[in-house]
Amino acid sequence: MGIDRRTFLKCLGTGVALAAPGCFSLPGKLEAAGVAANKEFMGVLVDTTRCVGCRSCELACAEAHNLPVPDVGDASAFEKVRDTSEKQWTLVNRYKTEKGEIFAKKQCMHCNQPGCVAACPVKAMEKREEGPVTWDTNCMGCRYCMVSCPFDIPKFEHHSAAPKLQKCNLCWERLQKGEKPACVEACPAEALTFGARRNLIEEANRRIYKNSGEYASHIYGEHEAGGTGYLYLSSVPFEQIGFRTDLGTTAYPEYTKGFLYSVPVILLLWPAFLSGVSAITKRKDKVRSEEGGKR
Amino acid sequence: MNRTTTAVQISSLKDFLVFMRSELKPKGKILTPFNVITGSVILLGAVLILYRFFMGLGSVVHSSSEYPWGIWIGFIVMVGVAFAGGAYVTAFIVYVLRGEKYHSIVRMAVLNGFLAYVFYAGAILLDLGRWWNIANPLIGNRFGVNSVLFLVAWHFLLYMLAQLVEISPAFAEWLGLKKARKFLASLTLGAVIAGVTLSTLHQSGLGALFLMAKWKIHPLWYTEFIPLLFFVSSIYAGLSVVIFIGTVSFRVFEKDRIDEEYRRSWDDIIIDLGNACAITMFVYFFLQILVLVHGKHWSLLNTGMGYWYLTELIGLLLIPGFLFSWGVKSGNPAPIRIAAVLTMIGVIINRVDYSIIAYKWYLPLSERYIPSWMEVVITLAIVFTMVWVFIWIVNRVPILKKPPQWAIEQEQEEESVERAVALGLQLGLTMADGGSSIDKEKK
Repeated sequence: MGIDRRTFLKCLGTGVALAAPGCFSLPGKLEAAGVAANKEFMGVLVDTTRCVGCRSCELACAEAHNLPVPDVGDASAFEKVRDTSEKQWTLVNRYKTEKGEIFAKKQCMHCNQPGCVAACPVKAMEKREEGPVTWDTNCMGCRYCMVSCPFDIPKFEHHSAAPKLQKCNLCWERLQKGEKPACVEACPAEALTFGARRNLIEEANRRIYKNSGEYASHIYGEHEAGGTGYLYLSSVPFEQIGFRTDLGTTAYPEYTKGFLYSVPVILLLWPAFLSGVSAITKRKDKVRSEEGGKR
Repeated sequence: MNRTTTAVQISSLKDFLVFMRSELKPKGKILTPFNVITGSVILLGAVLILYRFFMGLGSVVHSSSEYPWGIWIGFIVMVGVAFAGGAYVTAFIVYVLRGEKYHSIVRMAVLNGFLAYVFYAGAILLDLGRWWNIANPLIGNRFGVNSVLFLVAWHFLLYMLAQLVEISPAFAEWLGLKKARKFLASLTLGAVIAGVTLSTLHQSGLGALFLMAKWKIHPLWYTEFIPLLFFVSSIYAGLSVVIFIGTVSFRVFEKDRIDEEYRRSWDDIIIDLGNACAITMFVYFFLQILVLVHGKHWSLLNTGMGYWYLTELIGLLLIPGFLFSWGVKSGNPAPIRIAAVLTMIGVIINRVDYSIIAYKWYLPLSERYIPSWMEVVITLAIVFTMVWVFIWIVNRVPILKKPPQWAIEQEQEEESVERAVALGLQLGLTMADGGSSIDKEKK
């Protein structure tokens, strides 16, 4: 059976006309797939075996983003494990492990498919083509991103009348100028390497193979929560240096996908079903009242 | 005192103003203990709300980076929306299933649902850190179409409009607007169908919000079926609230606000509502057991959180479920009223569990979220304001009493027209098939 050009165009036209409103009502495709617009996500490899705990990254970050400058000479900061805050986007923690003291930097992981981006009802959280997850001022302050982040990273300025959502943005403003993130540039121990995510994974694997026994054979962030822009190497299992190892490999937006896909189905089927039920009960009612009339 | 709504005739703006002035006056005593207590809480709440807007969320609220959502979301919004579920369930029964028997309670249920949404939307405004951006997901200062919250926001708004349409004929009757009433009443069925659809998505959507908080919520509560559980529980939660509000309303409102026939049918209705509650609660219980078996979390039952879970599941779900069925079997409304209150407590605990109690359950008590007194006062102020508005409206608008005579006539007229049209249609069809159906009927 052949199809002539006119029929084909007709079908195409109808298809497009039907699909256009459909695109709007259906949940959009998850935009933060591994690679956007043929660009590779950039990321940072953190080699915790090299980190000396000098906290230069903390200082550089504060200066780059006009945040309060931390007193990096104060060693007492290491006494307990600290969390990033709205005033401090990155910090170094010290962990006592089976292989002695290990320092680990903490900041936003810049997931490939971030939970916070999928959570945001106004796209204030965005996964940029270059790799950073950034925040914008059209935010409503609902804090759903905080609930949805597997790493508990976004921090909210609770004590401001015009609060912002604060977190590491991988120095997106510097990236656009072709510069490296401030923390990477400041690191004197070469513990931080900036590059395309794929190259970083290669480099990390190379280090694991070359120095067998020195590293735990796992790159944290390669698959965690669907893969992250920040990747970590460690000499000890990651739970010893404060990492959650129970996140699984599923990207977080996947958890809501099933629900989102059921939405257009219910939006179409439910009214049809309810109208049908209503038509039936209406008829029954009528029959009943007519019968009542006869008697 | 004995004002009849039928007498209202508004033909000019002046008439309207005179009418409104007389209606705005308080009906009944002002300085009752209830008014004094709730009034002072509302006043204090209003001051604290101003304080919150000028000084920021943190000045009033105890939320931290560990607990992004406190009781304003976890209690007011989550519980409030579940409690408003009575509106869509009752509207479905009365307008879609045409359960005429329940017509007397549908306005009460819808008014309660509508006010709940209005006030809890207000609570969201308080909780939003950057509240001036609240319209962004609606006006498209970027549509976050991948977000569950985006859908929830839209459904929230649309459902609020649907409820407004559903309740609007009552207001038209109050104001004596005959033409407007006719038009608004013609929209009801459409609004109800839209409303039930939106509620299905909205109720389950609130549960879906927690799907990405995977490791933060205790495994006994976290399941991929949270949306379904939220939807099913909203049915019995909403109906329990209708039972509760109905019982209280039929007792506290003065005689002339209530139709005597409505009041007499109430005990009968309560039993049917109790039956619906019992059935949906057993369905919910079954779902929970399936989830529990599937998740293989047996060992967790023998922990502190496990006992809490069992309290919720058995003490505040299964037991009220049995109380409901007992009341239905024996035709006794008393156990049903008790069951309704227990069920409401159970639903409050369930919703608060998701955002507060089972949320980061592993943190030591010192790092857990405990609401500040100011949060509690504002929460109470919002609930009391809603109750005030509810009372104000019931005292004026035909909610618990029958519509004015002209409105009933209008309704009957409409029905007879519909019937005539349907009859004509049937006649046409009979003629078209050559009268064979008539023959069949004769045989």
